[in-house]
Formats: sequence, C-alpha cells, structure tokens
Amino acid sequence: MGVENPLGENIITTSLDKLVNWSRKSSIWPMTFGLACCAIEMMATGASHNDLDRFGIIFRASPRQSDCIIIAGTVTKKMLPVIKTVYEQMPEPKWVIAMGACACSGGVFDTYSVVQGIDEALPVDVYIPGCPPRPEALLFGLMKLQDKIWNDKNSFGSAVGLGTRIDGFTA
Amino acid sequence: MAENNRAVLKLKEKFAASIIDVVEFRGEVTVTVKKDSIIDILTFLKQSLQYNLLTDLTAVDYLGKKEERFMMVYQLYSIPNKDRLRIKSPVAEADCSIPTATKVWATANWLEREVYDLFGIIFDKHPDLRRILMTDDWVGHPLRKDYPLQGPDREPYKGRLS
Ligand code: SF4
Repeated sequence: MGVENPLGENIITTSLDKLVNWSRKSSIWPMTFGLACCAIEMMATGASHNDLDRFGIIFRASPRQSDCIIIAGTVTKKMLPVIKTVYEQMPEPKWVIAMGACACSGGVFDTYSVVQGIDEALPVDVYIPGCPPRPEALLFGLMKLQDKIWNDKNSFGSAVGLGTRIDGFTA
Repeated sequence: MAENNRAVLKLKEKFAASIIDVVEFRGEVTVTVKKDSIIDILTFLKQSLQYNLLTDLTAVDYLGKKEERFMMVYQLYSIPNKDRLRIKSPVAEADCSIPTATKVWATANWLEREVYDLFGIIFDKHPDLRRILMTDDWVGHPLRKDYPLQGPDREPYKGRLS
C-alpha cells in the first residue's frame, strides 16, 4: 500500500469504502435465471472450462442470496412480471447485466410479444452485445461490473445507514 | 391416387354431401369438408378408420384471399395403419366458430385453446376455452393477418426509412 509501512509487511491501510467494494466485487453472486439461448452460453461460462468460480462468482438458486441478475435471453411480455418479482426480491445493493442482443434491445424479435430491451423495466449496469455473446464476452462484462463496483462511493457509509451509495462508473 | 385412398372412399360413401374437395399432393391426402359435419366425420375417422392420433390442430388465415377467411386444419395419424390424413374445414369470419373436437381426441383441448388465442376462432362446447400463450388480459389475436406484427401500440417498422 503506502510507501511507508509502519505496521509491517502483512498489514495494509485502505479506506472502509474500498474494503466493502473489494468484498462485493470479489463475490458477485448472480441469480440463477436463464431465459433463452443466451442462458446456454451463461452455463458454459459457469462450467469448468471458463470457470466463473475463480472470480468468486457463484450462481445462487434464490434471489434472497443474490446481488446480481444476468438477464440471459429473450424477455417476453408474459415473462416480464416474473423477472420484476425476482429482481424486487433481491436485497440491495444489486446489479443487472443485460446479456445478448435480446436483453439489450429485443434483438431479432421485433414483435408484439417481446420486450424491446430489459432496460424498459430494470436499471441495467452492463450491456453485453452478441447473439449469443461468447463466454469471453460475458467474462469481460462481469469484469466491467467489478470495475464499476470497485468505483462505488460511500459503500461503507450506506451499509451502516449514513447516506446513500453513489454508483461507480467505468472508463 | 386420392380417389382410391381407403379413407377417402369411405368418407365419400358416408358423407358425400359434406365433402367440398379432395386433393392429393406428393402423397399427402387432404379432404376439405363443411364445418357442420366436422365432428361426425372426425368421430367416424377415429372410431371406424382407426385414425387414433391427432398430431396437430391449427388454422390458417386467408384474409382477402378466400371468401371464407379461416381454414381449420386437422392432421390425423393412424398408428395401426401407419397412415396420415389431413382434414380441412373453412370457417367464415362472420360466424367465427366451429364445434370442439375435445370429445373425439382429448389432446384437442390445448390445441384448440391455442387456435382460439391466436386466431380468435370460438370452439363451441369447449370445456375450458381460455388463452394459453398470451396473457389473460391480452387484446386481439396475434396470428390474424390484420394484427400488426410489432403490436398495436407501436409505429410499424418501415425498413431503413424508420
Ligand atoms: S441474443 Fe441471440 S442467443 Fe441470446 S437469447 Fe437472443 S436470440 Fe438467443
């Protein structure tokens, strides 16, 4: 950390915000939720070849334990209320990743039954283009989300009830 | 030849007045019948001619192409005889209903709900005629040719001009 190490080699000095941000970004637990073909690619990313676990990313089967939802697929108007319910069940702070052309904009399904982008309903943090995005693209998107979480301001303060968290931005 | 098809011969014998048309195309036999006797014909096909499997039931919208707008299509298969048959029946828009085939094949239940949902054809005496694909509060029937592809509340896509 600092140039001077008055406390010895094994001790670092940092801000509480950074400590909270570091723990949050190193354990993004996404909600297990697949909607269409993109979900297959999301599963491939979670499987051993790409191995999301090494980022501390572990899929959770309950929204109560998740802090990120990857919208992986085509969102139909019939499914939208379900996604909204799941999102509302997730505790704060929470992040949304729109994975694939369908989740970003409706994709090729410019029709009466498909929501033209999940950002019509949820606040999206990271958009990942592609149809479907390769696992590398999803990993890159997740790393962008980690950057964003790392740059959050007042994350410690908001956690103990002082003010609100200010969303970080990535370059 | 369609004329020599076993089922067609039997149908012509029993329901001569109800048959509108018989076509064979690439080995597929299609019989078009009047909708008033559709259930009698389907029951006969199942019970006497062993067409015991209703593979699919659907409809076609011939908006502006035919006098009677909709055409019901029944795809039948006989497991004992390994034989397929297609039955069609025109339905006019003014009287947009046809008797239900649920009493003949139970699988017609959900298939008819789908046709009702997407085409708006009413199936008389259907035990549970609700929408099956669209939400319950949906307005309109999306597979009708005059339903806007991108939904009624959106400006239609005009290619690169829009
Ligand atoms: S973006 Fe492509 S791969 Fe992903 S859900 Fe849509 S159609 Fe499927």
